Amino acid sequence: MSIRLYDIAHARAGDKGNTSNISVTAYDNAGWQAIQRDLTAELVLGHFQHLGAGPVRRYELPQLRALNFVIENALGGGVTRSLAIDPHGKSLSAWMLTIELPGHNEGAK
Amino acid sequence: MARDKIRIGCGAGFSDDRIPPGVEIVEKGDLDYLAMECLAERTIARETLDRAKDPTKGYTPVLLERMEAIMPPALKRKVKIVTNMGAANPMGAAQVLRQHAPDWGCPDYTCAVVRGDEVTDIMRAHPELALMEDGAPLESLLPRMASANAYLGADVVAQGFATGADLVITGRVADPALFLGPMLHAFGWSYDDYAKLANGTLAGHLLECSGQLTGGCFADPGKKEVEDLAGLGYPLADVWADGRVEVSKTPGSGGRLDVATCTEQLLYEMHDPSAYITPDCVLDASGVSFEQLGKDRVAFHGARGKPRTATYKVVVGYFDGYMGSGEMGFAGHNAVARAKLGIEVVKERLRRRGLEYSEMRIDLIGMNSLHANDAALAPEPYEVRLRIAARTTDKKAAEAVGAEVRSLHMQGPTGAGGGINFGARQILAVKSVLIPREWVKPDIAMERAA
Repeated sequence: MSIRLYDIAHARAGDKGNTSNISVTAYDNAGWQAIQRDLTAELVLGHFQHLGAGPVRRYELPQLRALNFVIENALGGGVTRSLAIDPHGKSLSAWMLTIELPGHNEGAK
Repeated sequence: MARDKIRIGCGAGFSDDRIPPGVEIVEKGDLDYLAMECLAERTIARETLDRAKDPTKGYTPVLLERMEAIMPPALKRKVKIVTNMGAANPMGAAQVLRQHAPDWGCPDYTCAVVRGDEVTDIMRAHPELALMEDGAPLESLLPRMASANAYLGADVVAQGFATGADLVITGRVADPALFLGPMLHAFGWSYDDYAKLANGTLAGHLLECSGQLTGGCFADPGKKEVEDLAGLGYPLADVWADGRVEVSKTPGSGGRLDVATCTEQLLYEMHDPSAYITPDCVLDASGVSFEQLGKDRVAFHGARGKPRTATYKVVVGYFDGYMGSGEMGFAGHNAVARAKLGIEVVKERLRRRGLEYSEMRIDLIGMNSLHANDAALAPEPYEVRLRIAARTTDKKAAEAVGAEVRSLHMQGPTGAGGGINFGARQILAVKSVLIPREWVKPDIAMERAA
């Protein structure tokens, strides 16, 4: 069974030029273990690729149970010249949370 | 005057930020300083153009409205103010305030102005500089350049307060520097004291977006609740001379300030958390943790600092053509198909008129406008809005986009309603370069009553 990222974490998106950065923070330790293990840069890149985005860099902040993703080329050419209705990509945090992580059924035989 | 502790509040986090929470934090926050950040990346380019048309303009357009509300209660309570609302004309901002302030009951105050962030002449003299975004030479932008400003640091803000000023008005300074400046002034911190600079910079970073620390940009009903979001209060920081910081918010205001809101705002607009580059230090926030001290009161630990770099970042604003756009709504049976027909009709009409666009974007609002997903995958909604936006160097071609969309009311598919023509907008884009610090010569000027 897959896990909805929305159920275990919250997110906020920021912008600089044509780069979006999106933090993903787990609500609890179990959630942190899941995102730390499974929410990879590759998975995030695949989720944002249709925007022409990439590459993706991933930073871990375990003491905050948070990951920070830096997604280049995600903002349609940059905040100041994008034709997008949301040039800052502020709503991309919600797109991040639509990711589904693989379930692991730990403890089950 | 050496002090043990100061309290700094945030009164605005963007140029059109709400004014009442700024007044509220002045009246109820028991502040020593109020900082207001009102200058986005490209707004200074627009204000540079305003100044070219009228040399007395070029400051943030909302300056007078905001200051009429903020200055009387602030001066009455001896809350010192720093703001970058000077934009492209800090002295002009100071002078227009002086004309109006007596009418607001503020006849006596002193105002220091930070000058020297504007570096257009330096840009023209150095076409060989490489753009940070793509490595191309700056030369390619110079013919279209609208503005160029260096992100100054907290040192100039502190120098402004060192004059004894009640009010410090700046153009471009780094956002956290608006907050670090009062700390440097009050405590005399040196640029070798990286731990304190790191804490002060982090405090500024957390506060600079006003309500984003206190429950704004956070609520998700049923999941992440925010108490009285309508009455969202703005944040403040208690800062001690030894570098300790606690953040809180206006007493009695709405919102929430806790480890979760602080974590989201810590990483907001941050790339590598171990190297957040500001003009004052390179902040390493990778080891930062938060401690909830009480309701709406949080301390942070673990910020580290490295020396400031030898360069200033300069943002260059330049003209990048025009954008035209329009929207039209459809609802009921076959709404999506009718919207798609409308799109094809507008594209074909623009083509037959011989108008050309370097880029066109089509959205079906309600299906794919925000995340640019494949509309075919989205469930068909009861109502949908088509949106067409296009970029061109020709202003008339840009104006035609929204006009053609709006004419779908009468010359498009059946049942087209709620059309909007957003007209043509001149695009001011930005790119960045780094320049040696010694090229920039900021100074402080006192504005005095004429």
